Amino acid sequence: MPTTPLIAYAHVGKTFDAGRVVAVDDVSLEVAEGEFLAIVGGSGSGKTTLLRLANRLIEADSGSITVEGEEVRNVDTILLRRRIGYVFQSGGLFPHLTVADNIGITPKLLGTAPAEISARVDELLDLVRLDRAQYRDRLPHELSGGQRQRVGVARALAARPRIVLMDEPFGALDPLTRDALGDDFRELHKNLGLTTVMITHDMMEAILLADRIAVMRGGRLLAQGTPAELSTSGDAYVGELLRTPRRQAERLGALLPRDGAA
Amino acid sequence: MSLFTDPRWAEALGHLPDYLGNHVRVSVTALALGLLVSLPLAILSRHRPVMRGALLGLASIVQTVPGLALLALFYPLLLALAALSLSWFGFGFSAFGFLPAVLALALYSMLPVLRNTITGLQGVEPAILEAAQGVGMTPRQSLFTVELPLALPVMMAGIRTAAVWVIGTATLSTPIGQTSLGNYIFAGLQTQNWVFVLFGCLAAAVLALLVDQLLALIESGLRNRSRLRATLGGVGIAALVAATLVPTMMRAQTSYIVGAKTFTEQYVLSALIAQRLKAAGLAASSREGLGSNVIFEALASNDIDVYVDYSGTLWLNQFHRNDIRPRQELLAELKTVLAKQNITLLGELGFENAYALVMPRKRAEQLGIRTIADLASRAASMSIAGDYEFFSRPEWTALRKTYGLSFRAQRQMQPDFMYAAVASGEVDVIAGYTSDGLIAKYDLVTLGDVRRAIPPYDAMVLLAPKRANDEALRKALAPLLGKIDIATMREANLRAAGNDATSSPDAVAQWLWEKIGKK
Repeated sequence: MPTTPLIAYAHVGKTFDAGRVVAVDDVSLEVAEGEFLAIVGGSGSGKTTLLRLANRLIEADSGSITVEGEEVRNVDTILLRRRIGYVFQSGGLFPHLTVADNIGITPKLLGTAPAEISARVDELLDLVRLDRAQYRDRLPHELSGGQRQRVGVARALAARPRIVLMDEPFGALDPLTRDALGDDFRELHKNLGLTTVMITHDMMEAILLADRIAVMRGGRLLAQGTPAELSTSGDAYVGELLRTPRRQAERLGALLPRDGAA
Repeated sequence: MSLFTDPRWAEALGHLPDYLGNHVRVSVTALALGLLVSLPLAILSRHRPVMRGALLGLASIVQTVPGLALLALFYPLLLALAALSLSWFGFGFSAFGFLPAVLALALYSMLPVLRNTITGLQGVEPAILEAAQGVGMTPRQSLFTVELPLALPVMMAGIRTAAVWVIGTATLSTPIGQTSLGNYIFAGLQTQNWVFVLFGCLAAAVLALLVDQLLALIESGLRNRSRLRATLGGVGIAALVAATLVPTMMRAQTSYIVGAKTFTEQYVLSALIAQRLKAAGLAASSREGLGSNVIFEALASNDIDVYVDYSGTLWLNQFHRNDIRPRQELLAELKTVLAKQNITLLGELGFENAYALVMPRKRAEQLGIRTIADLASRAASMSIAGDYEFFSRPEWTALRKTYGLSFRAQRQMQPDFMYAAVASGEVDVIAGYTSDGLIAKYDLVTLGDVRRAIPPYDAMVLLAPKRANDEALRKALAPLLGKIDIATMREANLRAAGNDATSSPDAVAQWLWEKIGKK
């Protein structure tokens, strides 16, 4: 493990509605360079809030958050966001811009030359396995859900960030697309040396993709660690989260003949 | 003569460059000003609910004020401002015509632009706004690259609505001295020239549709990233704006401007004056359909050069006198009061156009009514109609007080329809005008004002302060003074009320000159 974490939360708290809703409650969490961390929790667990605190889409009330060693409070929000990739839940693509313009938006904001952006867009389309000629000039509404999310990933990677934050990126996709996209992204994460934080409500997805998993409930961090480490947690909720995919896998094994794929 | 060979179409067409140019100029300026104010306000208020509510509320209130009233309100307001500016900063500006029209129309255009811009911006999905933040846009970048482009269709719909409203409402700027396509409509309504009315309405409608379609073209160009369409639309609008410069270039600076109020007699007299000026080799144009209060102020501030007013109108309305004096005494007094404002009372034309209570001759004879005093005892079972201002005028108060008049009902009507209404028995009595030709046409009779409740209403020519010593003007108009008697004016008015080519104010003025020129 590297000595300094790339993202570090220390005793972070956040409330909404003048303190009536506690979204994040005294959370401390570190993400090492090159690590793939999944934050798992149900709706209202505070996982999305925790993610957004890192690029200051939401401002923390208390505690400290550092990104690449810098306290985020002291960094200009706009510059901070431009150097962190962010993949939104259902793509979050700008409906009036073409695929190429969507992907090239952050480099454009950074003042990159148009020719350079254009080359980068082609590179990224290859990277997320979309045909350049076919998709470059399409508008988002002309794409399938999976294609939109691939464009979303490409956009997040456009300015060559070291960190990528993903807000339930594959949640709205059908199982096959979801699986293919997850595998593809895992590979990108490894090849590009990214540090990734992904939010999901699906423990199975977290186990299959992430190096480490953090479990949240009611704004509190219940447990964190590799799947193996989590399985030794004494927390009942964590135990239940882990048992469910196993039970499902066992039932699947019993119901489907092992070599009986049609 | 069929509808299409009517020579009045050609006459209407002759006015088109002037009227249309002025109309476009005032509409486009007002719309541009409205956009310049509304768009930033709408953008500023998009995250400020209190400001948003206040703005939309205010704009809605403005919208409930009828267009004509809004335009009329701006005139005295600007007049007061101009006076203030003159005494504070040493310079004034013309509160007549263009400026009040532009300001009122700009205000009128604000509601659709504000509402649609705010609605359009609020309609952008929160997820898209988050994405804009997430990719690292500043609020300004988010506004210009994401929010405004996405809100554009709704915003453009508002702008198009505003454009159509402004072009339509601009026809109402005629009474405050702004030439517009409304000149056709106001003149046509007053002189029963339906060709003019139709022509004005059609021209305004075609203009509104054209601008709407050009804006639609720009919108579709912007949305579909078609530079051709956006450019075509832009060029179209630019061509319209260029066309508006034509009347400015055509108008000679030395031209005399003859004013006319909003009724037939005034159209005829202003045409007569303009004809005499032209005959004397002086350039003249007329500014018609001006409101009764607007026209006097316009003369006092040199915005028009000459017009015909009536002694009683000035006495009661302009100088707020309510003592009734004998005719000569009143005229002498008026002359002194006008001189204080440097306005020249050039002289009387020779007839009076006073308010008079009018009934059908037969009915009056049956009932034995010859004077207003005779009417008083029967008024309780009768109804009376007057023009839009009569019942708020001092004459009405004086009549009621002097004779103890109290009618069963009172109604307001378009002056030209009053006479037909009383002739057909729709109403029992009307407050008509003594010089109106329709009195003879419908065989009506004016009731004697034996107790002199109504002051004298001599028609007289007034000159603007800057024309006080203009000998050429005085000489050109001298042949008219004292020459037009009441019978001649009634006949002229009756001719002008006709509905054919010989009844245009110009033709009637020609006839009138031939008739009095022989005397």
